[in-house]
Amino acid sequence: MLVAWWLIYGRLEPFAGWLAHHFAQYLSGYNLSPGNIEHLRSTVEFFVFEAPKVLMLLLLVVFGVGVIRSFFTPERTRKILAGKRESVGNILAALLGIVTPFCSCSAVPLFIGFVTASVPLGVTFSFLISSPMVNEVALVLLYGLFGWRIAAIYMSTGLIIAMLAGWTIGRLKMERHLEDWVYKIQAGESGVYDEERKSFADRVRFGLDAVRDIVGKVWIYVILGIAVGAGIHGYVPTGYLASIMGKGVWWSVPVAVLIGIPFYSNAAGIIPVVSALIEKGAAMGTTLAFMMSVVAISFPETVILRKVLKPRLILVFTCVVAVGCIIVGYLFNALI
Amino acid sequence: MNIKVLGPGCKKCHETDKLVREVIAESGSDAFMEYVTDIAEIAKLGIFSTPAVVVDGQVKLTGKVPTKAQVRSWLGK
Repeated sequence: MLVAWWLIYGRLEPFAGWLAHHFAQYLSGYNLSPGNIEHLRSTVEFFVFEAPKVLMLLLLVVFGVGVIRSFFTPERTRKILAGKRESVGNILAALLGIVTPFCSCSAVPLFIGFVTASVPLGVTFSFLISSPMVNEVALVLLYGLFGWRIAAIYMSTGLIIAMLAGWTIGRLKMERHLEDWVYKIQAGESGVYDEERKSFADRVRFGLDAVRDIVGKVWIYVILGIAVGAGIHGYVPTGYLASIMGKGVWWSVPVAVLIGIPFYSNAAGIIPVVSALIEKGAAMGTTLAFMMSVVAISFPETVILRKVLKPRLILVFTCVVAVGCIIVGYLFNALI
Repeated sequence: MNIKVLGPGCKKCHETDKLVREVIAESGSDAFMEYVTDIAEIAKLGIFSTPAVVVDGQVKLTGKVPTKAQVRSWLGK
């Protein structure tokens, strides 16, 4: 299967070129200027190459990460993090956030499970921040659209935000800003549940399930993102947004982050927007800061977390993460 | 027999709820089933990845939707 994957993947670029070439020849029968034909040709080539390329990468990476995830459960992650010292704990938690499978709807039970098992509050936050933000789908999409450097910077800055934001919350000693009932819970040991040993075949199945689950959900955003990218590829005069979201505009980063706070989308859903913003001349740092703020902080999430956190802690959480996104935005704009 | 499906209401939790109900009905089991959405209740059981299934106080599965065969084996059918 891997061989077939590799063979097809290698043929994508020549195939896209060939198809686009024929498309252009077909168009030349119509009354279009050579410039227009060239634009259409490059649009088609971009889409026909990029869409299957990114989807294929997604299949491979989601499968791989799925297999890795079969080695981690939230229970095991909790065991690793329980009683860890803060700084080490924050780093570990942010990293484990990538590989621990967990659905955002169980954020609250997970939060309680961690805190009652003496995982420090700040460490728990590192986990909760990194988990949705740094994920394989976002990385593959960023790689496909903007190259590996952007993907790598996104991943490392995402991890750093998760570590530092969690660490900061830990330093602020916010423990008493949890709702009182959380501490009254005598959480039973969930050691009752013994994870059955997984065979190699089980892990492969876990990976395939992940592919069906995740790729089944996000493929439409991928296609949309690339279609948007292709549609304006070399078409629309870029620079349209440069005057408000360009590098030179100092206030654009905080404004982008503030706008992103109430919105929620998973990392895949925001990609079409990101690709449109970039093509229209928005600066990379500003756009990524916006993306991070949309993915990491959201109004619905704070409503869910409100069940366990007092308003003050929610406010601190939102501010700390927002400041992190803003710093990343400026840093990116300065570097690229 | 007492079966609890726990989940604050995500898609997979509803799937699990539906699946367990189906299997109970199909197999003619007399198990009593409830669907727990209260987060405090869930946390008290020491569960923090949902959906989860608890049979007679014993946690059988967390963090994923069970298969029909699994549910049947818990029911002893």
